[in-house]
Amino acid sequence: MPAVSKGDGMRGLAVFISDIRNCKSKEAEIKRINKELANIRSKFKGDKALDGYSKKKYVCKLLFIFLLGHDIDFGHMEAVNLLSSNKYTEKQIGYLFISVLVNSNSELIRLINNAIKNDLSSRNPTFMCLALHCIANVGSREMAEAFASEIPRILVAGDTMDSVKQSAALCLLRLYKTSPDLVLMGEWTSRVVHLLNDQHMGVVTAAISLITCLSQKNPDEFKTCVSLAVSRLSRIVSSASTDLQDYTYYFVPAPWLSCKLLRLLQCYPPPEDGAVKGRLVECLETILNKAQEPPKSKKVQHSNAKNAILFEAISLIIHYDSEPNLLVRACNQLGQFLQHRETNLRYLALESMCTLASSEFSHEAVKTHIETVINALKTERDVSVRQRAADLLYAMCDRSNAKQIVAEMLSYLETADYSIREEMVLKVAILAEKYAVDYSWYVDTILNLIRIAGDYVSEEVWYRVIQIVINRDDVQGYAAKTVFEALQAPACHENMVKVGGYILGEFGNLIAGDPRSSPLVQFNLLHSKFHLCSVPTRALLLSAYIKFINLFPETKATIQEVLRCDSQIRNSDVELQQRAVEYLKLSSIASTDVLATVLEEMPPFPERESSILAKLKKKKGPGAVSVPDLEDGKREGGELNGGGERGPDSAAMSASNASTPSPSADLLGMRSAAPMSAAPTSAGSLLVDVFSEAGPAAPSAAVNDDGFLSSAPPSEDPATLLSEADELLNKFVCKNNGVLFENQLLQIGIKSEYRQNLGRMYLFYGNKTSVQFASFTTTVSCPGELQSHILSILRATKPVEPVVEGGAQIQQVLNIECLTDFSEAPLLNIKFRYGGALQNLSLKLPVTINKFFQPTEMTSHDFFQRWKQLSQPQQEAQKIFKANHSMDTEVLKAKLLGLGTALLDDVDPNPENYVCAGVIQTKGQQVGCLLRLEPNGQAQMYRLTLRCSKDSVSLRLCELLAQQF
Amino acid sequence: MQFMLLFSRQGKLRLQKWYVPLSDKEKKKITRELVQTVLARKPKMCSFLEWRDLKVVYKRYASLYFCCAIEHQDNELITLEIIHRYVELLDKYFGSVCELDIIFNFEKAYFILDEFLLGGEPQETSKKTVLKAIEQADLLQEDAECPRSILEEIGLT
Repeated sequence: MPAVSKGDGMRGLAVFISDIRNCKSKEAEIKRINKELANIRSKFKGDKALDGYSKKKYVCKLLFIFLLGHDIDFGHMEAVNLLSSNKYTEKQIGYLFISVLVNSNSELIRLINNAIKNDLSSRNPTFMCLALHCIANVGSREMAEAFASEIPRILVAGDTMDSVKQSAALCLLRLYKTSPDLVLMGEWTSRVVHLLNDQHMGVVTAAISLITCLSQKNPDEFKTCVSLAVSRLSRIVSSASTDLQDYTYYFVPAPWLSCKLLRLLQCYPPPEDGAVKGRLVECLETILNKAQEPPKSKKVQHSNAKNAILFEAISLIIHYDSEPNLLVRACNQLGQFLQHRETNLRYLALESMCTLASSEFSHEAVKTHIETVINALKTERDVSVRQRAADLLYAMCDRSNAKQIVAEMLSYLETADYSIREEMVLKVAILAEKYAVDYSWYVDTILNLIRIAGDYVSEEVWYRVIQIVINRDDVQGYAAKTVFEALQAPACHENMVKVGGYILGEFGNLIAGDPRSSPLVQFNLLHSKFHLCSVPTRALLLSAYIKFINLFPETKATIQEVLRCDSQIRNSDVELQQRAVEYLKLSSIASTDVLATVLEEMPPFPERESSILAKLKKKKGPGAVSVPDLEDGKREGGELNGGGERGPDSAAMSASNASTPSPSADLLGMRSAAPMSAAPTSAGSLLVDVFSEAGPAAPSAAVNDDGFLSSAPPSEDPATLLSEADELLNKFVCKNNGVLFENQLLQIGIKSEYRQNLGRMYLFYGNKTSVQFASFTTTVSCPGELQSHILSILRATKPVEPVVEGGAQIQQVLNIECLTDFSEAPLLNIKFRYGGALQNLSLKLPVTINKFFQPTEMTSHDFFQRWKQLSQPQQEAQKIFKANHSMDTEVLKAKLLGLGTALLDDVDPNPENYVCAGVIQTKGQQVGCLLRLEPNGQAQMYRLTLRCSKDSVSLRLCELLAQQF
Repeated sequence: MQFMLLFSRQGKLRLQKWYVPLSDKEKKKITRELVQTVLARKPKMCSFLEWRDLKVVYKRYASLYFCCAIEHQDNELITLEIIHRYVELLDKYFGSVCELDIIFNFEKAYFILDEFLLGGEPQETSKKTVLKAIEQADLLQEDAECPRSILEEIGLT
């Protein structure tokens, strides 16, 4: 028998493999393989029945050919035949072939499953194991269907051999992973948990993987495993290194099992039982202690196995995050590893410390290693280790060390590997923003980023610096000055030109006093970069130019000349051409007043989660980004910055921000219809990406300049009016029935119904005392203009009874007709004597314009068409406001339905948003109304937009509704 | 563990074991990508790397690279020792194993792996027990050996 072939000598196979190895070229190899395939095919098809040995040999050859990377399209049947052989090796090769070359032919699957079934019930442990291995290797749904109920039985049966139990446990695990729905929990589950107590270490080792997986999905059902795992772990940890015989690995007792036990415990909170917990803490301490003992062997296997357990123990300590003592010890241990000569340990220590940094108990301890980590970032020769060091610096960053860390990361960026630059840039940008004490440092940092790694500065990063500069007027002058200086570098990155163009266009005036940065100097500087830039940047620059005309009338002639030249006004790029033409026209036709309004400074951006953070999360996958957020995180950052993305259509809506390019993907397609479409339409897709996620968000400055918080409509009523009068009114915007008013004496209930422009309101006055109310009178009045709007309509059908007995209730009916739209509410005045004292109170009756809504169902297409038609700026009203009530979907839906409009599904591309439509019926006319409500759960804010065919209705509805959510 | 690959310094795949369902195309793509990445690394570099959303643990033994892809919560060091234990098993079985043993007896390499790891998790970590199982199987087949034709003896079929 040849030396290379041990055990089962298939000489034909060995010769074939040699032949293949001797092939000098790929072609020769293919030729040899094709010859062999032809040979095997003819053998399989031949008249002579092949003996088992030959079949096995040929199947094995096919397998070899497949593993070389060639396709195999026959031999499956022969392999299946081998499964029913009584000879172990034939069966074994058959199973191997099936495992590697799974075939979805259903007839074959039936045959395979039959063979497996036979072997499972054969009571021959070696056959059973082969069958179980095959199921575990294939793990298909068909196999799960056939065997998912059988395997648990084998696993927990009293007479099953240990080796079969081991295979069954892992086989079940594989099936559970692929088809969890087919593996039903049952009586067997509790018995599986007790396998943790099994005498056979191999059985425990195999079972624990299954138990861990099941516990993750069904923690309650498996929670008894905690105490069992702790006692097992305790026994292993305290055993002498030889106790476990063959399960000791390089003097470390049962390292695989120990790691798995520690991993299992991480599926659960710390044990509640004091004794169990005490025992576990003891184990963890022992593991930490052992790390300090001199090694029992110099072999790397010894230290690896020992440290594998140590790292798993540290993971558990971090998972519990409740034992300050252990956390600090863990941190010190990792600190030692940071300087270990083994690269692997340094890598793992950096990785593990990242999670420790987010625990309040160990954050400070982690910080003490900053110099070592910075050193690792500078000197590690392996990029993956440097990456870990950068991650750790990011995780340990807080206010106290932000400047140092950001500076180090910036200097590392200059030489950083290309593969990690983009991520580094994002991290620097996030840290700089979050821990900025003064924003000039922030601006400097970002401009440095662009200078050092301009190519890796994604759009989110430069959008963000602009958002922040716009929102913080204390840094605008500095930003303008710095960006002006940066642009003077002979070669500056295009991203710098973008930031420069935008900031000078907005705030160039702040540095224009200095003759070295006079308007014309600024313009010339920007324009000197123009020809080197891409189309989107040029578009942005054109917007900056038109802004310049507004900021500095003295530049008008120069800029008009630039706009007028052929390379602009006849540019082959549509976007650039359109801008040039429109800006030129705008600057020549519009008066300075109009220009000043159109080109007004950008309003502040609403507060949002940093888009950079979102990007980093996307890049690293959710959960992978732990933002250092310990003592002074988001809140502060957010509060300071108030930055955020602006909605895409804001540019089109707000007539004031010609330099915000609006995206072509405008959600509501209003762009073309907006009055200023000429000027502000868009720098192509410049700002699209960052904004697209956010959806429309900005207040339209022209409509509503108070920004975030809308104030309640002013109350014009005399002092007699109850202070909460407006609250009463607001309470009934979205509902028609309820208690309108209540004090110690009186309760007023209300029921109302509306149809078309008519309404009927029932008022119930209840005397809560036992004494009668005398001279009870009520009057309904309509203040001011309201007279002509609904006064005529408000008539009490009959006067109320003058006396209301104690405990009694009287009713009054009011008929209402809406003549035209209105914004004030009618007043109800009630007078009566109670025990001689005159009671006098006035309240607003909850008659609001929305009561006359008729819901209108429409399709998405119709909706947007109408939305576009209602594009006059006065027709739209918009408010952005903080959520005052639950943002729960069902609550919101109920309110919007209560409003009287139709709530339209599948209209808004963003499913989070709500879109409604309705017609307000007045006697004289019908007013069509479209409504869009965009919640932002994260910021707890809404943006509400209304477009109605009548301006005053938009405004009134907007006011009313802003109080509702 | 999601998969294990054995490949040579020349990038030839010697063994592949997949514990998650993937199409042949995906398997080939992953193999190509990973072999390239690992071969590009220098000797003193650390044995772990992040790759897609997995962690890759690899170690070189003579001319062969052993490479495992594990999930995020899995333990890198213990995976390194899984590799080592597998190498020990091969070594013990073949007697000072070399790449050729694995080429010519690839089926044995798979059988040993199946005894040691199943579904990507350790089934039996005792070296003795694993080898006993394999040797028992070898005994079974030797009993079953039957006389062969002269053509077979010289390897011509």
